[in-house]
Amino acid sequence: MKWARTTAIVFLLAVSSACLLANVIAPASYAYQFREEPNAAPSRHHLLGTDDLGRDRFSRVLYGTRVSLLLAPAAALLSSLLAAFIGGIAGFSGGWVERFVMAGTDLFLSLPWLFLLITVRALLPLNVSPILSVLITFAMLGCLGWAGAARIICADARSLAQSDFILLARASGSNGFRLLWRHLVPNLKPVLYAQFWISVPVFILTEANLGILGLGVAEPMPSWGSLLRELESFSTASGQSWQVVPLILFILVVSSFHLVLTKEELPV
Amino acid sequence: MKKILAVLVLLTLITFGSNRVLAQSGGELHFCLRSEPKTFNPLLAADDASETIRYMTGGVLVRVNRLTQDLEPELATSWKITNGGKTITFQLRDGLRFSDGTAFSADDVAFTMQQLMDPALHSPTGDAFRSSEGKVETEVLPKNRVRITFPAPIAGLDRLFDQVAIMSAKSPQKEMAVLGPYYVGENKAGSYLILKRNPNYWEKDPAGRPLPYIESVRLDIQSNRDIEMLRLTRGEIHFINSLDAEYFDKVVAQDPSMAHDAGASLDSEEMWFNQVATSPLPSYKKAWFISTNFRRAVSEAINREDLARIVFRGHARPAVGPVSPANKFWFNAKLQAHPFDQKSALQRLTQDGFHLQDGALHDRDGHAVEFSVITNAGNKYRERMATMIQQDLSGIGIKLNVVTLDFPSLIERITHTFDYEACLLGLVNDELDPNAQMTVWLSSADSHQWNPSQKTPATAWEAEIDKLMRAQASTLDPKKRKEDFDKVQEIAWQQEPFIYLVNKNALSAVSPAVHNAHPVVLRPQVYWNIDQLSLTSEVARNR
Repeated sequence: MKWARTTAIVFLLAVSSACLLANVIAPASYAYQFREEPNAAPSRHHLLGTDDLGRDRFSRVLYGTRVSLLLAPAAALLSSLLAAFIGGIAGFSGGWVERFVMAGTDLFLSLPWLFLLITVRALLPLNVSPILSVLITFAMLGCLGWAGAARIICADARSLAQSDFILLARASGSNGFRLLWRHLVPNLKPVLYAQFWISVPVFILTEANLGILGLGVAEPMPSWGSLLRELESFSTASGQSWQVVPLILFILVVSSFHLVLTKEELPV
Repeated sequence: MKKILAVLVLLTLITFGSNRVLAQSGGELHFCLRSEPKTFNPLLAADDASETIRYMTGGVLVRVNRLTQDLEPELATSWKITNGGKTITFQLRDGLRFSDGTAFSADDVAFTMQQLMDPALHSPTGDAFRSSEGKVETEVLPKNRVRITFPAPIAGLDRLFDQVAIMSAKSPQKEMAVLGPYYVGENKAGSYLILKRNPNYWEKDPAGRPLPYIESVRLDIQSNRDIEMLRLTRGEIHFINSLDAEYFDKVVAQDPSMAHDAGASLDSEEMWFNQVATSPLPSYKKAWFISTNFRRAVSEAINREDLARIVFRGHARPAVGPVSPANKFWFNAKLQAHPFDQKSALQRLTQDGFHLQDGALHDRDGHAVEFSVITNAGNKYRERMATMIQQDLSGIGIKLNVVTLDFPSLIERITHTFDYEACLLGLVNDELDPNAQMTVWLSSADSHQWNPSQKTPATAWEAEIDKLMRAQASTLDPKKRKEDFDKVQEIAWQQEPFIYLVNKNALSAVSPAVHNAHPVVLRPQVYWNIDQLSLTSEVARNR
């Protein structure tokens, strides 16, 4: 399956490059409404046609992919770091600290995410720019998405803490921060790495879900969530096959993220 | 000569024969409800599904003809309003029976009124009759008459009885015994309802045949509009009562004969600014929002034609004011929708000290003009309108932030915390009479959205509206009422506390198998004449 992994990496790199160069590649602003051409079919001017408001769909796909593809890894990084910190401390400390932290983690996991996100979003100030709203949305995802990963990291840290090499390090006089930083964290890297790659598509999907509910990134900024909303009524969209392009891209990107992980890195 | 006569006789037979086909009795009409009815008690109906059941099963004293918008006799053959609008006396039809065979009498009207006005029942229909404190008295008079006296005059009193389905005082079936064309024959919760033809329904067609023509109506509970559309195209249901513009265009593409655009409905979409003095907004923003010039400028900077053409695919028209042109009597025909004129908008803003600086609008103190508009998440039409308004307002240097909120959060902000700047919502309007809008226009009312529950009117024009609304509600002279309400519409047009955007069209799809369907703008659009609808003979046989 090495070829699949390589293909996925190349694909992700190609999509990321296209998105980073959106300012150069996009034929129009993602926000500008060509009001004489709403719902236009693909043409030389609009490669993927226009949306309901006459905005160039190709430009919106480029910018929307950039939003989702850049910020989902950022949110995944944030949640992985939180998970590493909370899970690592709990697993390494053991005893009542572990029980207390894991009880809190279980409680966090039992919270209905979507409603929590909706509630938190409703409490945010109203006058935020679309860019800030994007950052807030993904920051919230990152802050709320650590709990599952923390449990896995806690279990791994606990196992490491009881291992022979840690015992040897302790016996050699290593303790506290040095023990954590020099011995534990490097050995947690593979599981952290796997958690990061697993979280990226999860956050992309979550943002898309929020976007479909109209609670994701604010207009006129596009994201995959807002692009996929075009497909929410299949009977009206079925006659315009080019509307499916964002969905196909979305599936390919999320699948590629899964293919990037090696067999060993995948959770059991 | 004989041959000519024979041909004439044959043609006559064919003509009458075809009419008979048009009025084919029998068959089962199918359509969908988008949710389960919450109640079968007609006095408690508040949701769409319950109102559908009430309309099809309930017998009323008088009925607003949805086509002509005139009031017509039903269970009452005549009525008279006296005592300065406090009393209404109905002459009832003789010899009528409920669906279970129980005789109908004035006692049933008295019983219904007593139930309706019982505060413990909390009837939404009864709210319209509660003009002031005091008891409603119902007297059963000789010769099948009944007199109802209210503690205070109610303008448009007779029309309110269109919503009051008469219940039986004696039937053991209680609210399930009805006087309308159908009764509830079967109810499978969450799945379907079957309404069966009421054998005791009083009305007959001009040929003396008993109505309704259709034997039964099957109402499937179906919340998914895509599936509803598929079922229509497959011929499994006969009509869709209220269609979105996208679905309507799809119907047009498939079979134009099924699509019915009845024109602008009573519903409107509007935007307003928060003018609540105690709101947590900065004072300079409050100053913008209470300025008539600012509101008018924003209104003129919005391209309503584009909203109607793009968001509603041409199935809407720019709104003029609180009354839609569909409301034939009450609409003030002198008024026109505000035109899209960004030059005029900038002139108005200049009068208030606003100026453009590097393409961005600033007030006289140098604050950049930026505000947010909230709307309910999930309503794609409102989200699209807000996005279009965002681009329109950027044309006069205003930065608009579109914020979609879940509905409870939105309601919390506009009714309790007042922590918002502008709001875009719609008004669903079923009532023709302006009294239904009293709670919106009186400055003391909770639903006076831009600045609710005022102790005294905050502005002279709101005081004037209060005066005019009370004046129209306290007189029975339709001409005087119309004059007063016309002035209210003119003030609303000038001051624009609500920036009316569009009136959506009433769109529906009806299968060719249904005869006598004439969809209208008033609800229920397609089946307002349910007792006169019929199915083609083939359908009637097969069902």
